[in-house]
Amino acid sequence: MLTGEKDCIIEDGEVYELVYEKPLTTLTGTRMHYCPGCGHSTAHKVLAEVIEELGIQEQTIGVAPVGCSVFAYDYLNIDMQEAAHGRATAVATGIKRVLPDKYVFTYQGDGDLAAIGTAETIHSINRGENIMIIFINNAVYGMTSGQMAPTTLVGMKSTTSPYGRDADFAGMPIKVSELIAPLKGAFYVTRHSVHTPGNVRKLKKAITNGFKYQQLKKGVTFIEVISNCPSNWKMTPVKSNEFIEKEMLPYYPLGDIKLPSKEDLAGLK
Amino acid sequence: MTEEIIIAGFGGQGVLSMGQTLGYAAMVENKNVTWMPSYGPEMRGGTANCITIVSEETISSPILSRFDTAIILNQPSMEKFESKVKPGGLIVYESTNIIHASERTDIDVCAIPASDAANKLNNIKVANMVMLGAYLAKRSIVKLDSIIEALKKVLPERYHNTLPLNREALEKGKELMESLSVKA
Amino acid sequence: MEELDIRLMKGNEAMAEAAIQAKCDAYFGYPITPQSEVLEYLSREMPGRYGIPLQAESEVASINMVYGAAGAGKRVMTSSSSPGFSLMMEGISYIASAQLPCLLVNVNRGGPGLGTIQPSQGDYFQATKGGGHGDYHLIVLAPNSVQEMADFVFLGFELADKYRNPVCMLSDGAIGQMMERVVFKKREVPAIKKDWATTGKTKDRERNIITSLFIQPEKMEQVNLSLNKKYEEISKNEVRYEEIFTDDAEYLIVAYGLSSRISHKTVILAREKGIKLGLLRPITLYPYPYKRLNELANKLKGILTLELNAGQMIEDVKLSVEGKVPVWHYGRMGGIIPSPEEVLENFEKLAKIK
Repeated sequence: MLTGEKDCIIEDGEVYELVYEKPLTTLTGTRMHYCPGCGHSTAHKVLAEVIEELGIQEQTIGVAPVGCSVFAYDYLNIDMQEAAHGRATAVATGIKRVLPDKYVFTYQGDGDLAAIGTAETIHSINRGENIMIIFINNAVYGMTSGQMAPTTLVGMKSTTSPYGRDADFAGMPIKVSELIAPLKGAFYVTRHSVHTPGNVRKLKKAITNGFKYQQLKKGVTFIEVISNCPSNWKMTPVKSNEFIEKEMLPYYPLGDIKLPSKEDLAGLK
Repeated sequence: MTEEIIIAGFGGQGVLSMGQTLGYAAMVENKNVTWMPSYGPEMRGGTANCITIVSEETISSPILSRFDTAIILNQPSMEKFESKVKPGGLIVYESTNIIHASERTDIDVCAIPASDAANKLNNIKVANMVMLGAYLAKRSIVKLDSIIEALKKVLPERYHNTLPLNREALEKGKELMESLSVKA
Repeated sequence: MEELDIRLMKGNEAMAEAAIQAKCDAYFGYPITPQSEVLEYLSREMPGRYGIPLQAESEVASINMVYGAAGAGKRVMTSSSSPGFSLMMEGISYIASAQLPCLLVNVNRGGPGLGTIQPSQGDYFQATKGGGHGDYHLIVLAPNSVQEMADFVFLGFELADKYRNPVCMLSDGAIGQMMERVVFKKREVPAIKKDWATTGKTKDRERNIITSLFIQPEKMEQVNLSLNKKYEEISKNEVRYEEIFTDDAEYLIVAYGLSSRISHKTVILAREKGIKLGLLRPITLYPYPYKRLNELANKLKGILTLELNAGQMIEDVKLSVEGKVPVWHYGRMGGIIPSPEEVLENFEKLAKIK
């Protein structure tokens, strides 16, 4: 019997062991509009969990992009601003510069961050803005239904690369993390995914670090998340997760791309 | 009293700063002033001019096509502005540089060899102050002391050691103008 | 007696100084002639005094930084000149929709395109009729002196906060570059409560969201209606204008900004010739003094608009007078500024006085 213990719930007179619970205060409870199997829901939830566990709901301000996650503020129960397409890091710069002691993050897709917003991305990182950038890379424009993204793989079909991305014609997919990591303003650059539970746990750890490192005021923490888009990839969620493993990860390998040194992290609470 | 002045010459001759100094001096004396530069590519070496208006009343247009006085430091500006001086007005020109002066008889045309005078003071840069001193000898719209006060504001602190030289240049200009008047 | 702080300054510098004194928390900008002095002045003066000056990578970035910082409840501004201001239009539309108070300054230069760096009033339509997409209005102030470049910073912030609306100060290259005497009065800047701002959700309130996205048509229309209600309120309360010699005027010049200064002299020259000419200077270009112009039209023989453009504000003058009197336009473009005499001559031709 587990009665009365902390991790138990009682329903209809039966006692159950509580193995998982959604964050209660940092998610609004609004049902997410994402397609079944979409990685955004997972990424949102992990983000909300971290904010709840760190107890920083009152100090956190998020910036939503234009793209599928444009309504992120409907789900996250924190103060948020909705930015124009590509301008999330400029908006976050504005917020962080006037509220330097708050935790500020952007949540952006590949079109938003790596196409229309490239200049803002590069320059906010170069200035070493003390913000966290969460970069969801699913290699496609989701909201506008399946056009080629700057991160679409070579040979990958989309509505605007119907015969597969031709690198000679459209260029190679951009590896944003590798591109920005050499900038001094990039403090922590890491790539994760949401296609297996183990990887989700690693992502959670990374987002936790991304927030914590903001206390140091040493620059941008950049967390790339390889995600899926079953609807526009025209696959089942299971197949799309296999696609991540087989096709995405060889080109976008997971792991830390830039880690702060021990000295860098001195003084971290 | 309203005095509408055009100051014109090459970039680097101190045209804009002459107008500014005059403007500060007017402000020191609690008069209204508007200083309007010609800006743009002229700032980088071509001809430069500025309109300076000093008045005890509200100043209306900062842009003018006719002037009470033209202070002219190079030949192209002489050609451009001599016809813009109102009848009864004044031209003070830098006669070391300008060969062909205005031949108008309905205005006062005064030749001031300011560059020569400045060279004799061992600093060509104060030629503009010689011109200003000469002008003020003719139209005392502000006091010489106010100009010195103004220079304290216009010049960065590290150049304040040049204030006596500037005063000397202003006085030299005054002297040159007065000697002209005697001759006339 | 309080000692007055009197200075001789460029319009752009006076604006920048006023921003610090008005407790502007942050300025975001990108260099462009003829207003780069603003960013330069603030980069030099803000540190150690008040506020954060940040040079952005583009005007697109600056206006979105303004969005973020204004959304965080702070007093913020940006400034630019025509091509740069065009780049900001998307952001301005978002700011208007999200109802973020801020001050946006356009030191107008000649266009279209890259144009010229000389003064112009070619951005009247852009400033007063929208510019960006969607139904919105900026409150538009038109200074005509260096003193007003400073004063309207205070006024602009005040109106922006009062109505939660972006305020545009529409100046031009001449007013920005010229130097005049400017007096800074000691002013108290009241703290303004902005309980809608994103400062971190506390337990005692719902989360705050700054957005311009209202995807359901019914909701969007409600937002449009409430914006319009606000614009009506602004139109009722905030019309500002100046009149010179209008009491006995038979003819009137309507001009704003630099043109109004030129026109002032034209009026003096006309009066010397016995022509009863007056001047109405709109100080707010939005809201526009339609009513006053309509009243004045009853006793006038004709109205001239002087604008440094091909004829933009003339449309508002015509709307005002409802066909009661003829309305003529005179203007120069390309950065050329007409002299008072040139304006008078053309007025006389148009009014068939000569």
